[in-house]
Amino acid sequence: MSAPARNASASVVSSWARPSRRTVERGLSILSPLVLLAIWEAGAIVGVVDTRFFPAPSTIFAALATLLQAGELQEHLLISLERIAVGFVLGAVPGIVLGLAIGLLPLVRAIVQPLVDATFPIPKIALLPMVIMLFGIGEGSKYAIIAIAVVFLVLINTEAGVRNIERIYLDVGRNYGASRLMFFTDIALPGALPMIMAGLKLGMGVALIIIVSAEFVGARNGIGYLIWNSWNTFQVDRMYAGLMVIALLGFASALLLAALERVLVPWRSAVRI
Amino acid sequence: MWGKASILKEGHSLAPYSASVSVASAARPKVRIRGLRKVFRVRQRAVEALATVDLDVGSGEFVAIVGPSGCGKTTLLRILAGLETASDGEFSVERAAGRDLPLNSMVFQEQSIFPWMSVRDNVAFGLKARGVARRARYEAVLPMIRAIGLEGFEDALPHQLSGGMKQRVSLARAFANDPEILLMDEPFAALDEQTKLVMQAELLRIWEGASGRPGESATRKTVVYVTHSIDEAIVLADRVVVLSARPGRIKDQVDIAAIYARPRDVAAVRSSAPYGELFARIWRELRTEIAA
Ligand SMILES: Nc1ncnc2c1ncn2[C@@H]1O[C@H](COP(=O)(O)OP(=O)(O)O)[C@@H](O)[C@H]1O
Ligand SMILES: [Mg+2]
Repeated sequence: MSAPARNASASVVSSWARPSRRTVERGLSILSPLVLLAIWEAGAIVGVVDTRFFPAPSTIFAALATLLQAGELQEHLLISLERIAVGFVLGAVPGIVLGLAIGLLPLVRAIVQPLVDATFPIPKIALLPMVIMLFGIGEGSKYAIIAIAVVFLVLINTEAGVRNIERIYLDVGRNYGASRLMFFTDIALPGALPMIMAGLKLGMGVALIIIVSAEFVGARNGIGYLIWNSWNTFQVDRMYAGLMVIALLGFASALLLAALERVLVPWRSAVRI
Repeated sequence: MWGKASILKEGHSLAPYSASVSVASAARPKVRIRGLRKVFRVRQRAVEALATVDLDVGSGEFVAIVGPSGCGKTTLLRILAGLETASDGEFSVERAAGRDLPLNSMVFQEQSIFPWMSVRDNVAFGLKARGVARRARYEAVLPMIRAIGLEGFEDALPHQLSGGMKQRVSLARAFANDPEILLMDEPFAALDEQTKLVMQAELLRIWEGASGRPGESATRKTVVYVTHSIDEAIVLADRVVVLSARPGRIKDQVDIAAIYARPRDVAAVRSSAPYGELFARIWRELRTEIAA
């Protein structure tokens, strides 16, 4: 027994060489936006950039600092984050469940697919008046509009993920007598996970877009409100500070989801050397 | 393009089986195949994959089916596995009396272990499907994991394993399920030559119980083993069934058990006197079937 065991240990792919490469990639990802900011700052100093419309990054960061000191930014940020988080979960969970069901059950697909096809192309922000009508001007409508935007992307990606699962894995499930539940939990869900993650990433991006737009028109707080209000009162540096926060949010959420993907889909991230 | 949904739908219906399953009696063979035919329809065109096949496999017998590529070997196994329905004919699998075992477990030709499951969960998949609780099934597969040389890799994911190790997992999953019959579809075809030699010996050792396989069934499993390798068929099987080119039908059957006793030493078989003769006989049958 010891011989094959030794063979086996020799054949395990070594994983210790990888982190250094990953660190390099991560370093580059952090560097590229910093370089852009540096070029912008230089442009503002030299005068090729009109600082009335594009204040220098240093000015924007100063405005950010002021907002932070006043505690204003935290307030706006927190409320926006809450809306995004609640709306995202409310959209992602049913998106995954429905996507799995559509992918696996022809009956569910027959019923839901045409509805999805018909409603997907509608720009979700155009539904805001209707959503406000239904859920009121309060938090409910913010959650709902984000959830609506997120559910489509997650659902469509999950379904595609299930459909792209190699047939052989379904054959194994059948041959070994897997129950319907096991097809969902042990084959469809993990098999579609790479695509589900892609759907979540897209959904997160859209959630950011939607929340800002929604806060433009129907809110008295939140980052979107901060941007719109600053624009209305011609505080351009504050407006850019708000935009900067959105950009940082996009960046942070991408990092978060990438980390989540590494934990949830280890067999995939390892392939992507 | 996608018939997967219907796969799930049919997932539980073991219809091709339940109708024909019967309890063992000494006289009847373990697997009885009568007039089995398969015609695939691809856009109005009929492709006959399997001509009429009649075959009996005895209880505990290791039958190897050899045939040129595309002659319907996989199709035959998939029908036996309940993954495909026959166009014609029937087959039955004799149940061991007093046991409630799964009818068959298949080792697939292509990479088929779940990339998202640890080695342990892959091997225990059949037991989980049968409703065995986590702790119990982990405990139950431990001897199998040990026997097949996967000890220490229980928590590894397949992408961390070599091709040979993955096939070990695939074999362990089938053996651990303790089925009435084992169906193996060229399990080593994708492996390199040396690994293949090692795996053939390993398979025999586990199947023959030479290592005192601590599985549930004391008796040897009935195996239907598909291969395109004459050598593999001779070395492993009790009987070699030679199929013609597509549509596959049985051309010849060669009794190997009469020549080589069990447990078998793979290397000794290859260097024995009758080996060359057996190889030549099977090759004569196959050669005319191969359009090179
Ligand atoms: N699902 C299918 N639809 C149509 N034709 C098929 C299908 N599966 C197999 N065939 C055809 O049936 C024949 C036998 O295939 P197969 O059983 O895979 O051969 P083997 O395993 O002996 O190489 C081939 O000509 C193949 O193209
Ligand atoms: Mg084949």
